[in-house]
Amino acid sequence: MYKTPCGRFTGALGLGLKQKNLTRAATGHLVRLCRDGPAQKITFQRLKILKRQYVASSGQFWQRAKPQHEPPSVLEDRDDAIIQQVQQIPATKPPVLEKEPEAVRAARIEARQWKELKVEFSELPGIYARLSKIKLTALVVTTAAAGYAMAPVPFDPMCFLLASLGTGLSSCMANSINQYFEVPFDSNMNRTKNRPLVRGQISPLHAVSFALACGVPGVSLLTLAVNPLTGLLGALNIVLYTCCYTPLKRLSITNTWVGAVVGAIPPVMGWTAATGSLDPGALLLGGFLYCWQFPHFNALSWNLREDYSRGGYRMMSVTHPALCRTVALRHSLGLVGLSAVAPAVGVTTWTFPLISLPINLYITHLSFRFYRHGDRTNARKLFFCSLWHLPMLLLLALTCKKIKVEPDGGVASITPPVAMRD
Amino acid sequence: MSLTITTAVLKRSPCSRYSLRSLRCWHSANETQKQKPREQKIQFSPSSSSKHDWIGPPDRLSNLRPIIYHIPEQETPLERQLRHLRQETEDWNHAFWTNQNVAFSQEKEDYILLQLKAKGLSERDETGRKRTLNSEEMAVFYKDFLDKNFQKHASYNKEWYRRNFRITLLMARVALQNTLRTLMGKGRGKEEGRTSGRSTT
Repeated sequence: MYKTPCGRFTGALGLGLKQKNLTRAATGHLVRLCRDGPAQKITFQRLKILKRQYVASSGQFWQRAKPQHEPPSVLEDRDDAIIQQVQQIPATKPPVLEKEPEAVRAARIEARQWKELKVEFSELPGIYARLSKIKLTALVVTTAAAGYAMAPVPFDPMCFLLASLGTGLSSCMANSINQYFEVPFDSNMNRTKNRPLVRGQISPLHAVSFALACGVPGVSLLTLAVNPLTGLLGALNIVLYTCCYTPLKRLSITNTWVGAVVGAIPPVMGWTAATGSLDPGALLLGGFLYCWQFPHFNALSWNLREDYSRGGYRMMSVTHPALCRTVALRHSLGLVGLSAVAPAVGVTTWTFPLISLPINLYITHLSFRFYRHGDRTNARKLFFCSLWHLPMLLLLALTCKKIKVEPDGGVASITPPVAMRD
Repeated sequence: MSLTITTAVLKRSPCSRYSLRSLRCWHSANETQKQKPREQKIQFSPSSSSKHDWIGPPDRLSNLRPIIYHIPEQETPLERQLRHLRQETEDWNHAFWTNQNVAFSQEKEDYILLQLKAKGLSERDETGRKRTLNSEEMAVFYKDFLDKNFQKHASYNKEWYRRNFRITLLMARVALQNTLRTLMGKGRGKEEGRTSGRSTT
């Protein structure tokens, strides 16, 4: 028998409602059949949205026109069948279809099911990793570690580890709070629609608790075990990211500049963890990260203009496209300039500007092409270049690190064993 | 006869109650909420033994996932307040994003048609496929859309942050209340999912 939810109601109420339900269901069907125009439009729009989702979710950055195989499933959804916990697999698939990665297909099917909001403890590590944007956190910790390594002091492994851990925890908190704030916006953008809070894998309270559980020990660790300056910078970074950058994303294009500062602070933190003071060298390293952010982010946002516009994000690429390209080029040139200044500040030797010139010129060249042509291909090239450019630059800086010569003739170098051998 | 069966079944097994919203297909006439913004009725009904909320696939228009809230046997006023707030926020969010997405798609289509007409081109090319504009031309539309909706977005933002905070605070209070009740031994049945702060409700 057609088991309706009202069957659960007690007594006469349930009976009365059941009868009403049958009549209403019948009229509902009729109404649906007569309602053609708007439903068709909705289907078309939905096709567009689904097509975009499918293309973007195929895991590849570029967009290919793929045969639309969504129509059968959309039509199925419009049927009034009771969907309990049956897998919604489209009834027909066109024969010519590129082999979809299994993970993508499974994710797509899983995304259409109703799920019980029960926390599975085995899934929690994965959920936390995605909540804290673990890959981004790892990059942030790497830049902080680079800042520490570049500082002209003997390397202390304990301090290094504590500083890295503290920075990582602070970054986890910042990222978690960011996701907590942005749930409805993330739901509407292809890039972010599989985040844990969007999917309801944990509750907002849980996410905030996790954030606090990371951030409070992280900042405390930095303040007490490293030094107060580093702790202050860590706390400042969290506040900047969550309370300035995140809301500003929807209000003004200045969010990009704030975001660049947020990215620049970790290497400064690494340096201050080592030396305990804000030296020009720290600011130089921060300057590298600051300048790098613009070609990186502007190129990334260039190809996401539609999503940003629909989601209400105010990014330079949407509202001020010319400025977007100019700023990317300007800051690529800034990287060249900063590399030249590095020896003057005493951070690296004179070989650094020379050996970093090729990669700096290359990214500037791509920025220039992006500036001139402003098309998707150039934006993509610039973005991918920025991904390897930064690690390479930091590595080169590390190899050219200026080794301080002590007054007594000894050499203070990076690793204590070498110094002890002298 | 069905009445007898219904009451007999219910007497045997306590059923979990789910928010009326999920059983919307036959709402009674004295429903106080105004015309629901969502066209699609929620067809899913969780099993009666489940004691958790359920989350569904993203909505077609708003891309937000609907939640069916579980109503515990002895719901406290605080829990009811939380549930209502979450429900209301969800509906409000859904209405906003539906309007936003539909308006965006509609205006985008209109803009494309307008541009094509200005160029003297038909909507479809020789092969029957719809013509599209290049990204530079579309960028004008994207900028225009953002500028036009700035005030709306700003006020939505503020309201969303406010609601999010309130919901989280309420959740914290509910979790605290439940923990205290369990610690004092006045727990409500054997709902282990509710006692710790790691509950998803």
